[in-house]
Amino acid sequence: MSKFQKLEFYAQQRPYELLPFKFDRLNDNEYVITNMAGEFHVIPVPMLESIISKTLPLTSELIPTLRSKQFIRFTNEQAPLQLLALKIRTRLSRLAEFTNLHIFVVTLRCDHSCPYCQVSRQSESKGEFDMTTEMADKSLDFVFMSPNPAIKIEFQGGEPLLNFEMVRYVVLKAKKRNVKEGRDLQFVIATTLSLLNDDVLDFCKQHNIVLSSSLDGPMDLHNANRPRPGRDSHQRFEEGLKKARAALGYDQVSALMTTTDKSLPRARDIIDEYLRLGFDGIFLRTLSPYGFAIKTKKFMSYDTERWLEFYKEGLEYIIDLNKSGIRFVEQYSSLVLTKMLTSEDPGFVDLMNPAGAGIAAIVFNYDGSVYASDESRMLAEMGDQTFRLGNILEHSYEEIILSDQLLDALENSFTLSAPMCSDCAFEPYCGAEPVYHHAIYKDVVARKPESSFCKRNMAIFKHLIELMESDEQIKRIFMGWANRC
Amino acid sequence: MLKLGGKIIRIHAVDVHRDLTLLKVSTSRNLPEVLRREIAYLVSDQEIPRGFAHYLLLEKHKHLVEVLLSDSDYSLLPDDYSYIDDGDIIRLSADRQSISVLFRASSPHNSILVTEQCNHYCLMCSQPPKAADDSWILDEIESLIPLIPKDTRELGFTGGEPTTNRERFLKIISLTKSYLPRTAIHILSNGRSFKDPAFAEKYARIELHDAMIGIPVYSDDPTLHDYIVQAQGAFDETIQGILNLKRLGQKVEIRVVIHKLSVQRLPELCEFIARNLLFVDHVALMGLEMMGFTRANLDELWIDPVEYKDTLSKSVSILARYGMNISVYNHQLCLVNRDIQPYYRKSISDWKNEYAPECLSCTKQSECGGFFASGVKFGYSKHLTPF
Repeated sequence: MSKFQKLEFYAQQRPYELLPFKFDRLNDNEYVITNMAGEFHVIPVPMLESIISKTLPLTSELIPTLRSKQFIRFTNEQAPLQLLALKIRTRLSRLAEFTNLHIFVVTLRCDHSCPYCQVSRQSESKGEFDMTTEMADKSLDFVFMSPNPAIKIEFQGGEPLLNFEMVRYVVLKAKKRNVKEGRDLQFVIATTLSLLNDDVLDFCKQHNIVLSSSLDGPMDLHNANRPRPGRDSHQRFEEGLKKARAALGYDQVSALMTTTDKSLPRARDIIDEYLRLGFDGIFLRTLSPYGFAIKTKKFMSYDTERWLEFYKEGLEYIIDLNKSGIRFVEQYSSLVLTKMLTSEDPGFVDLMNPAGAGIAAIVFNYDGSVYASDESRMLAEMGDQTFRLGNILEHSYEEIILSDQLLDALENSFTLSAPMCSDCAFEPYCGAEPVYHHAIYKDVVARKPESSFCKRNMAIFKHLIELMESDEQIKRIFMGWANRC
Repeated sequence: MLKLGGKIIRIHAVDVHRDLTLLKVSTSRNLPEVLRREIAYLVSDQEIPRGFAHYLLLEKHKHLVEVLLSDSDYSLLPDDYSYIDDGDIIRLSADRQSISVLFRASSPHNSILVTEQCNHYCLMCSQPPKAADDSWILDEIESLIPLIPKDTRELGFTGGEPTTNRERFLKIISLTKSYLPRTAIHILSNGRSFKDPAFAEKYARIELHDAMIGIPVYSDDPTLHDYIVQAQGAFDETIQGILNLKRLGQKVEIRVVIHKLSVQRLPELCEFIARNLLFVDHVALMGLEMMGFTRANLDELWIDPVEYKDTLSKSVSILARYGMNISVYNHQLCLVNRDIQPYYRKSISDWKNEYAPECLSCTKQSECGGFFASGVKFGYSKHLTPF
């Protein structure tokens, strides 16, 4: 008689208990189940009912996995509850830190005249579209009211380099104040790089300022999307990129692409252009519905389905690149994957709940208006002031942060209580997007079956999960992406 | 393999009532008289200094017995013990019939067995637990620690389950901190005691400056883990123990022994660790040691490492993607894929490590961890391929 007990001796005898989880059909044959910590598992359709009715045999091979991912537990087990709580706390820990990103719109003037531009651009000479020092001072007061130990100040426009004096002013003032504040202070300038000069680069170098730029694809596509006098946007970008990398460091310049109807057939070309220029990732973005984008009907000129095809084609190409040893990331997927595969929240404003508007990021406009997000000020440029939280010269921090406009939007769009969101299996990966939904549907929640935001993201979530389920190598590539943030 | 304990040839004891069970060994002939009274002198070819508490002679120096003063205590050691050197600590049994080497100053792998009692009964335990009261060991450790050289870089505590007697464990750890403030401490525990927040707090309050608790987790499936360690509810308590320790900022290492049972869900375990216990300081994936209970449960445990090569690579790559600190221990270099190399460690303690006959022609022997002596003796992979 062995002194060792058999495996059966340690098997649980009682029925298991369900821990909170949600489910959705992934395809004709499978469901995906998810929990608040972001854990997911794909199961064959007939299994779902037996899991929920607790009739799954205790010998089922599914039981260990359901326990391991905290979908079920047996009575008296404490570890699953502690792990779930810990992971959810970790996900939400960003909330307590409050606002990190502070956007300063130092001017609305721009040297480009892009048809999809999200803000109304003005000719280059008009001074009334510039931020004043008084506004900048008040905005900095506001910035340092944020309890966040890390503060990012991003300069936007227009083209911020057209009011570089104001950039310089804000950077120097902020750094001076920070001697006492001791925050982790970072600066970003969103610029086309077309007006970059040595003066600007010296200043950026001296103050560790990062440049965030725009690249829409190969020269013909980029220049068609981004007209400027001389039709040399792409050339200026590439020259600027070289100069900026040499001066500031290779990784100190990033690029964002905007998708237009012209981009849709050219996913590979666009990615190749990013590769050629030495970037290690690309953000396959959707066209946003604000500003000129809506006025010129560019937004409606292709539908979500067509964009998803573009995204999937691009992603497939990028995965192939990774499989052949080239480390290249699709950044939107990577944000979603961080939520799927880790307990971190990457803090991407579009995919946050409660919404990131106002509390993760806030905008100080050239005219003193304070907006809940970049999109909010674009909406305002179109005449809709819904997310204008106040004026920096007239209102206090408390008045702005506690304004009804902000709190109502946050509360009403909260995905854990919003109709259809609250019981959606993909809610842990998604976010409340009150500004977008208000802009399109005049309602911060909107009817989800009609929401292109919902449709697009659901399709992305399902696609990413199916890719991981179908190919272990892809899953491991994705694990690498998920942990970069 | 070094012989760490056994019968000795002869002890000449002048006064058997003298309390001399633990002795520090010295080869220095110039120690002040006051210190000699506590120390054993290891006889060499040089002239023998006087006044030491004890003299150790190897067989080759047997003839020097005649030179010793008649009132000297001495022991005659078989040549197996020729490795004993300056700074080592030995125990002479109360009946003066045998010797154990408790500490070797030249080894980086000194480990102190705290108890043979354990609340686990692991199928592959290399140090099978015993139920008998062995608290005399705790007494001995309390006298041992003050003798350990202050410049010791690392010291391990093992068992059995070293926290079996919680108060005495804490006392020993505190003692270690005060006598050996610069020594890195490594404790092998199943972690279950730390489920009690009060105990975990007491441990944390000692504030060891560099300590790691190595805790085994064998599966993400609680039932399988409980079966492997032969203790119901063990997984649940171990996980809570890890969480408590990390909450208190203590360093924790997860140790996974790979065998036929644990390898079934090794990638799932690694995903579990990466998602739930990302904050642990180190994950060690270890080959099976052919000692103790392993041999009794061989059919259930043995799997040729060549068969799990790819599973190991997959598991390590999961942990690596999450940026975890990983080591692969107790494996032979020719039985792991190349992608394991960044994590491959030559880990087997020097007194246990050996090579198989197949390894004689291998050009990478110096980079390879080799085998536990028990492995060479009781079975190893049939797929060794010398480089």
